[in-house]
Amino acid sequence: MKEYLKLQDKKTTREGFGEGLAELGEKYSNVVVLGGDITGSVMTSIFRDKFPDRFFSIGIAEQNATTIAVGMALSGKIPFFSSYSAFAAFRNADQLRVSVCYNNANVKIGGGHSGLTVGPDGATHQSLEEIALLRALPNMTLIVPCDYNETKKATIAVGEMIGPAYIRFGRPKVALFTTEDTPFEIGKAEIFRDGDDVAIIACGSMVWVALEAAKHLYNDHNINARVINNHTIKPIDSLTIETAARECKCIVTAEEHQINGGLGSAVAEVVVKSYPVPMEFIGVNDTFGTSGEPEELLEKFDLTWQNIYNNCLKVIKRK
Amino acid sequence: MNEFLQFDNITFENKKHSISELKSISLEIRRDIIKMLALAKSGHSGGPLGLADFMAALFFDNYMKYDSSNPNLPSRDRFVLSAGHLVPVLYSILARAGYFPIQELSTLRKYGSRLQGHPGLDTELPGIETSSGSLGQGISIAVGMAMSDKLISKNSRKVFSLTGDGELQEGTVWEAAMCASNYKLNNLCWIIDNNDCQIDGRVKDVMSIYPIDEKFKAFGFNTIEIDGHNFEEIRTALNFFEENSKSSSKPTAIILKTFMGMGVSFMKDKYQWHGNPPSIEQAEQALKELI
Repeated sequence: MKEYLKLQDKKTTREGFGEGLAELGEKYSNVVVLGGDITGSVMTSIFRDKFPDRFFSIGIAEQNATTIAVGMALSGKIPFFSSYSAFAAFRNADQLRVSVCYNNANVKIGGGHSGLTVGPDGATHQSLEEIALLRALPNMTLIVPCDYNETKKATIAVGEMIGPAYIRFGRPKVALFTTEDTPFEIGKAEIFRDGDDVAIIACGSMVWVALEAAKHLYNDHNINARVINNHTIKPIDSLTIETAARECKCIVTAEEHQINGGLGSAVAEVVVKSYPVPMEFIGVNDTFGTSGEPEELLEKFDLTWQNIYNNCLKVIKRK
Repeated sequence: MNEFLQFDNITFENKKHSISELKSISLEIRRDIIKMLALAKSGHSGGPLGLADFMAALFFDNYMKYDSSNPNLPSRDRFVLSAGHLVPVLYSILARAGYFPIQELSTLRKYGSRLQGHPGLDTELPGIETSSGSLGQGISIAVGMAMSDKLISKNSRKVFSLTGDGELQEGTVWEAAMCASNYKLNNLCWIIDNNDCQIDGRVKDVMSIYPIDEKFKAFGFNTIEIDGHNFEEIRTALNFFEENSKSSSKPTAIILKTFMGMGVSFMKDKYQWHGNPPSIEQAEQALKELI
């Protein structure tokens, strides 16, 4: 594990989003926020309380909020709209396609409560498909940060870039293991652990799980796994992925998302074109979620370090 | 190219015109629409023809503030065409206002043209404020612009946005209406083109959206319903909005009763002309009527 990583605590990624947004508001007077009734959940409430004049409640109307954001962006503002990913990527998919992306409007979307780990709310709220949808949209930047610190950095970074962007984050407390010093740059995947035997490419909450798997692979088998935090799904860091394929000669991807069309697919698109190597994919396999505690669900759907570990052993044999 | 399909190079000023002048402007715009559609061999004829009168008054009778030589003028009023398929009328208006060369109208819908089938911001065609084409979205963008002007920048700009009547079947339209009223956007003028025609037939037969005025009233709008081909009434409606923007806290909805295909006898009030262009022969016939 790199020296700029250190397991400190557990903390939610949505706090990173909320606090990053408030920091942006402090820095730029044209940052505005649109609320979709669940402002406390996605923590845009921090911004609202600090900058009430630049916060606008739109109610439970995600399609309208998205296009209103476009109108504001076309008027020189930097609007953020945040809701659960289930509603901030799918309910408004047409608005994202035509009004946000075709206009190349400077609209930022914060997709909260993403993935299985929203937990007891069940399948309707467990968005597992938005990476596939969003990465197909021209002009869109898509980031899935791995912990609180990175979500905060990513939020500030998308506010400072020009063009449509979506940040995907979650509900529960997850491992906080990056620090102030951990590098973060949109479009630049970070190697969190060096190794040449297998590459584990992960995003979001699965990055920490991947580091756990790497630790056990080394302890049990002396296998050195390279762990890559691929926080930016689009534009994808082809160079880091191609280099991993060349040097490790096999890859396992891990994401809290459907295997179909997700991070693994994005990685595979790079690999088959540049340096084809065996791959295994960890993710939800073409099924909906269900109610339960986050840990129970991650186990049920095999999003565990043990499954990453087993797939690494499997893929190494296929080299 | 057939001679009768060529465009003259007349431009119009945005100043108080006489009604007979406005009539000749709208005739010119109707001729443009027929020529553009005939040359494009695809596109929407009926709706744009029905809007020529209102659009002529809005852009050329000193109601909107804009400067075609400075399209991005920060203080300009904005026109958002929510019903993107009606864009031929807007292209003609913008060209005649001097935003881009009139001869470019002959490129409508062709490969490499800035005059896309539905307006695209990516073409950077001067005067286009947003891409539109997926119905119901433009009006919501206009609401966002009006919010930005009134609540954040706190300026006196106005936003005009036009939806079709069939477009009111899109649920997001009512989300936009709710929001415009909630935020007291008296700087927003929402124009509804009520020609009662959509692709499949009469709006009332496909899915009734009537009564329009009562719906907008219930959503908290000042409303006025007018004959969209009568310049006196068009002026009354635009003055009504002007007045509301100063003295009322409500947004304004102008319901235009129009005829699809207005000005061309064989197109008038025929929903079959929603999405079809005239043939060369039909264009020649239509242009003989538009003088």
